[in-house]
Amino acid sequence: METKQFERGPDLPPPITEVGVIGWLRRNLFSSWMNTILTVITAYLIWLMIPPLIDWALLDADWNGSSREDCTSDGACWVFVSVRFNQFMYGFYPEAQQWRIDLIYGTLFLLMIPLFLKTFPWKTWLGGFIIFVYPFIAYGFLDGSWFGLEVIETTKWGGLSLTLILAGIGCVAALPLGVVLALGRRATNMPIVKSICVVFIEFWRGVPLITVLFMSSVMLPLFLPEGVTFDKLARALIGITLFQSAYMAEVIRGGLQAIPKGQYEAADALGLGYWKKTGLIILPQALKIVIPGVVNTFIALIKDTTLVLIIGLFELLGMIQNALNDPNWLGFSTEGYAFTALVFWIICFSLSRYSMHIERKLHTGHKR
Amino acid sequence: MSDQPSDAMTPGKPAPWNDPKIRAIVFQALLVGAVVMVGFYLINNTLYNMEQRGISTGFSFLEKESGFGVTQSLIEFDETHSYGRTFIVGLLNTILVSVLGIFFATLLGFVMGVARLSRNWLVARVATAYIEIFRNIPLLLQIFFWYFAVGINFPRPKQSYAIGETLFLNNRGLFMPRPVAEDGFGLVIAALVIAIVGVFFMVRWAHRRQDATGQPFHTVWASIGLILGLPAVAFLAAGSPLTWDMPELRGFNFKGGMSVLPELFALTLALTVYTGTFIAETVRAGIQSVSHGQTEAARALGLREAPMLQLIIIPQAMRVIIPPLTSQYLNLTKNSSLAAAIGYPDLVAVFAGTTLNQTGQAVEIIAMTMAVYLTLSLSISMLMNWYNAKMALRER
Repeated sequence: METKQFERGPDLPPPITEVGVIGWLRRNLFSSWMNTILTVITAYLIWLMIPPLIDWALLDADWNGSSREDCTSDGACWVFVSVRFNQFMYGFYPEAQQWRIDLIYGTLFLLMIPLFLKTFPWKTWLGGFIIFVYPFIAYGFLDGSWFGLEVIETTKWGGLSLTLILAGIGCVAALPLGVVLALGRRATNMPIVKSICVVFIEFWRGVPLITVLFMSSVMLPLFLPEGVTFDKLARALIGITLFQSAYMAEVIRGGLQAIPKGQYEAADALGLGYWKKTGLIILPQALKIVIPGVVNTFIALIKDTTLVLIIGLFELLGMIQNALNDPNWLGFSTEGYAFTALVFWIICFSLSRYSMHIERKLHTGHKR
Repeated sequence: MSDQPSDAMTPGKPAPWNDPKIRAIVFQALLVGAVVMVGFYLINNTLYNMEQRGISTGFSFLEKESGFGVTQSLIEFDETHSYGRTFIVGLLNTILVSVLGIFFATLLGFVMGVARLSRNWLVARVATAYIEIFRNIPLLLQIFFWYFAVGINFPRPKQSYAIGETLFLNNRGLFMPRPVAEDGFGLVIAALVIAIVGVFFMVRWAHRRQDATGQPFHTVWASIGLILGLPAVAFLAAGSPLTWDMPELRGFNFKGGMSVLPELFALTLALTVYTGTFIAETVRAGIQSVSHGQTEAARALGLREAPMLQLIIIPQAMRVIIPPLTSQYLNLTKNSSLAAAIGYPDLVAVFAGTTLNQTGQAVEIIAMTMAVYLTLSLSISMLMNWYNAKMALRER
């Protein structure tokens, strides 16, 4: 009798509808009736919006020129932005002195580079210098009075550089205040200190920034003794700092709460006093955890600095509003806002990505 | 040499300056002293400065005639009313825009948050793009965009965008028909109230019956039927006591009907789009926080898609969503103060703006304005805390 040997045939390829492009489309776009309808509607909406937008912003746009007569096509008139680009960056800062702003930001950039190098040994000192010393040098240098340079009043500062000054100094000044408030809020053995900190934090968190700015511009001069005056920028900075410190305190409090109790107990067991325990054990760990949170409040602050235009400071959006009122350039508000939106978006989006990156980096070993 | 431990070894009482309790008391006393002194110093300066500038203190200015008009007011207001009334007008306008913003932002946020998790690739990408674009652009810029770049470029009233001759959109705002109640409309409202009370008792009865017998009852459909049906019957029985006041083009603008100012339109739109992104992220985080095992367990019990969402996923997700959602509502309310930048007559624009400029009573007015926002903030967060406590996980 002949026996038949079973022979395994070659594997059939998977059905064409399950793999490759078609399979992907079926899985992700047309998996059910409902999904197919959704896909079609969404695709139609995108088709309605995106091509005209690209035509307007890129293909039909005018890029070169010096006046509105150069804008002949239907698309965007980026000439409006390019003509005033200098003002949007530097405000009314005299053109001959703008190298000072460039120098300040360039130096800051160079100083920041070592912080991102893994092997750089003096990170703490450099970071401390950037946070606690550099802002004063920058302020004095831009103002000019400390270095024997031409004095340029803060009313002439403006544009993107002012936006970054407001956000940067506001954030840096709020940090130590926030640490103190957060520690105070957690001082359970000192109920009065705790309640003062709670009231302070909840007060600033409960009111909108615009009323804070109104307060610092209208009421602050009334609070001070006769003869003592701050200029508008300093008043805005005081308001922003107080406001920001409350948010900062809450972020830092979150970090303090995340430190396990064992760390406190271990510090106590070593016989460390309160300040040593806080300064050497708790804060270094807590501040590391809260970096993403601090970056997030910084992003919020950058967006909030636009409000200072209401009290008459010309940061980036204020400069745009100012330029839009120029009778030679009426009617280009869409271009102006689109440019500003792009600038803010790039800054905020990249910072938020950076914050997520740090969060992932710091998360090693804690993930469940 | 003795075996007695020396004094240094016993954990006796520390010296007074080393005792944490005494230190705490001294430290707090110093802090209170400092706060009181700073406060006294500031108040002293303020009183002196105000006297120098001839500003009277106190709240008597609130009774004076204001002498300015407001473009939108929910209560009767004109030049002859007092400054105190400008406060109420501004407050009501703030509440109006906050409520509108919260309503629409919640809708948009929930839709986009769910869409971002959709299995449909295109929908998920569109939702992600919306969230990433609009939350990284300052709110004030968005308000300006909708107002100065879009709203002002709408056509003039004569060339309005019209939807079926009832809705008109132009550069003066959005115009729509206004319902006018006639005699007998009270009956419809009474029917609505009865229906709502009825639904309340029906839900309780249905719960009890289900607990006792295990038989479910279609409360949702019954409630919808009751709430829509009863007033409809009353409406027909009373002889349709409702007419519509239609907006009509007269001269250069529309008369009659209900109108939404372009400022309110732009502000609501911007607040909705901006806050919607944050709510969407909150919703996404909430849904993702419900572990996959819950879905699998629900499937294993044989629940279909809808009851699974309703009974298993949403209740657990809401627990995570509500606290951050509250803070978004608070943010929206506070952000509505940006109205001042485009001239929508909210509390900050009317009261802390015009009234402040006319009277110069900076301290009183700013204090009242801040007090309003603090009260709104605290009451919303109390309401939400109550709800949160109700929804919280009851661990045994």
